[in-house]
Amino acid sequence: MTQNTSTIAITVSHLKKTYGNVQAVDDVSFAVNEGEIFGLLGPNGAGKTTTVECITGLRHPDGGTISVLGLDPQVNGDALHPVVGVQLQFSTFPDKLKVSEILDMYQSFYQNLANPEELANALGFNEKLGSYYKTLSGGQKQRVSVALALIGQPKIAVLDEMTTSLDPQARLDIWELIEKIRDRGTTVILVTHYMEEAERLCDRVALIDNGRIVALDTPSGLIEKTTGGKQVRFTPSKPFADQLLKVLPEVKTIERQGDHVKVVGSGQLVNAVILTLAKNSIEALDVQTQGSTLEDAFVKLTGRRIHEDKEAQSIA
Amino acid sequence: MKNTKIKTPRVAFGKLLLNEARLALRSPIGIGMGLALPLLLLVVFGSIPVMRQVSSDLGGLSYFALSFPILIVVTVLTLSIVILPRSLIKYRETGILRRLSVTPVPPSWLLAAQIAINLAIVVVGIIILTAAGVAVFGLEIPKNIPEFLLADFLTITSLFAVGLCIAAMVKNDAVAQGIGGFLFFALMFFGGIWIPRPLMPPMLLDISNGMPLGASVDAIQRAMQGLLPSLQSILVLTAYTLVFGYLAVRYFKWE
Repeated sequence: MTQNTSTIAITVSHLKKTYGNVQAVDDVSFAVNEGEIFGLLGPNGAGKTTTVECITGLRHPDGGTISVLGLDPQVNGDALHPVVGVQLQFSTFPDKLKVSEILDMYQSFYQNLANPEELANALGFNEKLGSYYKTLSGGQKQRVSVALALIGQPKIAVLDEMTTSLDPQARLDIWELIEKIRDRGTTVILVTHYMEEAERLCDRVALIDNGRIVALDTPSGLIEKTTGGKQVRFTPSKPFADQLLKVLPEVKTIERQGDHVKVVGSGQLVNAVILTLAKNSIEALDVQTQGSTLEDAFVKLTGRRIHEDKEAQSIA
Repeated sequence: MKNTKIKTPRVAFGKLLLNEARLALRSPIGIGMGLALPLLLLVVFGSIPVMRQVSSDLGGLSYFALSFPILIVVTVLTLSIVILPRSLIKYRETGILRRLSVTPVPPSWLLAAQIAINLAIVVVGIIILTAAGVAVFGLEIPKNIPEFLLADFLTITSLFAVGLCIAAMVKNDAVAQGIGGFLFFALMFFGGIWIPRPLMPPMLLDISNGMPLGASVDAIQRAMQGLLPSLQSILVLTAYTLVFGYLAVRYFKWE
């Protein structure tokens, strides 16, 4: 999060990848700091998966360079595989192996081990350890796949659509786990098309559309820059000076409209404003808030919604 | 297996092997078709008195004695052409090899584990068939043990090479199943399962001699009788091993 002091874990510069005559990734550049959760966010087919597949060495870039922990994934795969944990978007395991047998096998591949039971607990499939892989639901398979990416205590975890087909509670559990491993120093690169996931988890986000990065910033920074941030309107119980709220880091502008006050800002704006008022024994009446999300930012930047498939359905 | 980044390469390979063994036991089609079926046929053939009568038409052998090398070949053929390619193609199709390629363990280890397990089933099958044939049905102990082993070895290498070549070139499981089934019966025909080789018309026998099963049935049969395998059969089996082995290595794709 503190970009100035941290070192760079991954550098991608001018990455290009073409399939036939489809330009999947077109001049993508970014750097991921050590110990941050970096999100690649965009609609399906934007080039997110191709980008991370180049980072993990699964694909050969057509142009540009990639450096992971100072190494080229195409050349130094042997050195990177032990320290880069990967969850692929589509991966399965043999139907007739038990979950514990798969975990046990993957454990034998790595030097530093995460506690497998702890992982199974945190990911909520501990009661499925003795079951055959084929008996697992889609969401359970997904959680096993995330566990296998983390089992070797990787320095870098690459997670591609890790919460697809999970219910909301399971999603929250995984988010908590990912924050925990980030706090232990793991760098996480997260591919997602869930705005909520990116907003909640990512320290920084690259919005990708049609193989290009259209914006790169912290989630709140992106929202602010593109949509003007959050708003709160209220009527104070007694008059106060603008300065009282202006000093708050969350607050950008204050406007008076008769009795009404309109505050524009970012972050935990509503909380900050109401708390400050309360501390000064002022009550905020008729509070109305207006928040923007990453989704709004994406629409502003590209003119389209991120879940186009939904839109297409509603048109049809 | 010189990857030093893995904690203990031997343990990792052992785990791969263990899981492949579990899978072989849990979906016992390979063991059923490759071990149980030939053994059942051995029992059936050995229990019919007519089949055990020596006939001068058959070069002084019985149908039963002639069927024995064919049963050995059925075991090898089942695991090499039918079972092995399908497992490997499934591993590629479902992304298991791809997933492995981003771990410290190279996917080639899984390939090696697969080959090892299927080889083990084949070896156990040959031992059981030979032991049962000799102990229960009075089959003569192979008179030329080194040649018998050489003939078995070349049968295994040539057919595994063909199986790996299928795994290398065929992309999906359904196609592999079709090819495996077709090859199984086509090769068995030339191996003499319906027309024993001594009864084949000369032209058919010539073709049979050039086919992997004709050559291996011939080599095993001669070793059983204490004869040296013909140079032709050894050359044919070696050629199949080298050519198909080369093609398999050349064209194998991990994803």
